[in-house]
Amino acid sequence: MIHKYFLNGLYIVLDVNSGAVHIVDELVYDVLDYYKEMSPEDIAQKLPKYSKEEILECCEELAELEKDGQLYSEDIYEQVVPKIERRSPVVKALCLHIAHDCNLKCEYCFAEEGEYHGKRELMSLEVGKKAIDFLIKASGKRKNLEVDFFGGEPLMNFEVVKEIVKYARSIEKEHDKNFRFTVTTNGMLLNDKNMEFINENMHNVVLSIDGRKEVHDRMRPTASGKGSYDIVLPKFKKMAESRNQTDYYVRGTFTHYNLDFGKDILSMADNGFKQISVEPVVADESMPYAIKEEDLPRLYEEYEALASEMLKRRGTDKDFNFFHFMIDLTGGPCLMKRLVGCGSGTEYLAVAPSGDLYPCHQFVGMEQFKMGDVDSGVVRDDIRCDFENCNVYNKPVCKECWAKNYCSGGCVANSYNTHGDLVTPYETGCKLQKKRIECAIMLKATQSEQQ
Amino acid sequence: MKHIKTLTTKLLQSTAAKGGCGECQTSCTVANQECENK
Repeated sequence: MIHKYFLNGLYIVLDVNSGAVHIVDELVYDVLDYYKEMSPEDIAQKLPKYSKEEILECCEELAELEKDGQLYSEDIYEQVVPKIERRSPVVKALCLHIAHDCNLKCEYCFAEEGEYHGKRELMSLEVGKKAIDFLIKASGKRKNLEVDFFGGEPLMNFEVVKEIVKYARSIEKEHDKNFRFTVTTNGMLLNDKNMEFINENMHNVVLSIDGRKEVHDRMRPTASGKGSYDIVLPKFKKMAESRNQTDYYVRGTFTHYNLDFGKDILSMADNGFKQISVEPVVADESMPYAIKEEDLPRLYEEYEALASEMLKRRGTDKDFNFFHFMIDLTGGPCLMKRLVGCGSGTEYLAVAPSGDLYPCHQFVGMEQFKMGDVDSGVVRDDIRCDFENCNVYNKPVCKECWAKNYCSGGCVANSYNTHGDLVTPYETGCKLQKKRIECAIMLKATQSEQQ
Repeated sequence: MKHIKTLTTKLLQSTAAKGGCGECQTSCTVANQECENK
């Protein structure tokens, strides 16, 4: 299987199963439409704008790539699936819902103002410590363990966050573990004191901001209905600078209301942020802010325009990193990781304030997905198995998709929320993901051409 | 080659050889993650 596309003046060909990426000329790009079905002579008749000699030369080059396993290569990875199903993954990451409470009323929040289909609740230190104990026990021989403080708004229960970090640090060496902590915050309660603690203890920080002031304030008001942009922006700027512009992301959500989201990304960049992540909202299509099928062409244009702007800024002081255009074409994640994705329900679990365990933060509060708790561990092995069987080759649509080795089959929660099962991908998300991958590879290809 | 410039070759074979140690960071786009077992 191959995938070819034209973007920013480059003809790009991906060989899906080998992972090879080729930059070709227009001749090769056109010939590939017929190469597998026709002889060079017949192709020459189909493409009269090229000479027979050119077509023949082109076909010889393509045949050489094919022979070398870099074009139309066979899919040899389905045989890895039994290995995936036997691997008995251990838990290596927890998302701690430290506060099911929030001081903002974001319109698009899947946590429903932080409450996750339930009541306002803060995680106790006792539950937090048990979660750390559970992770150490359930992680087997894995050394690197991750704990994300999430909500709601984690800073509304920050004393417990600090004590959990202290507890984990006090016991990690005796268990030969290395904890990495991250926190996601809306910034309302950030101050010099908790910023200092975050900088000393958090491996990564996610700062929630949507871009331009009017866009942010429309979707992220305070409880009294006022905008939060002017409150959080100066704090986030200070935070980013205090971390030397690394190990953080400003993270935004775009909706049907700001299909020109590229302007929001550039607004963040022009405010001095260097690490930026902005994602499409995932919402029931009946919601007025949901991304609709007819929005897609506009969004494709926006991603392409963003990529072009990033090229212009490259090497200048206006340069920035966009998380969803990051791609490693020289190594990156191993094949196993590419086939199984994020590890939700197996390697990655979420802990509700009560101590209940769920497959990931987006399933918290859905009783049918409650897997156990921090006292008993995972007791619903059937749920764990369902998630363990989520891989690219168990998803019929993904198996035939050119992007499968880059996106890993998409988000399971999005599948469930749109189709009611774990293996049918969320189509709108897929289409946007594919556009992001095309842009990311184009950026690498352009960089290569310029060197 | 006159008409084709190859940017990367057989990326997946090279990553398949070292796969599955599980020490990498949990992504939560997998392709932009890094392997920590280089």
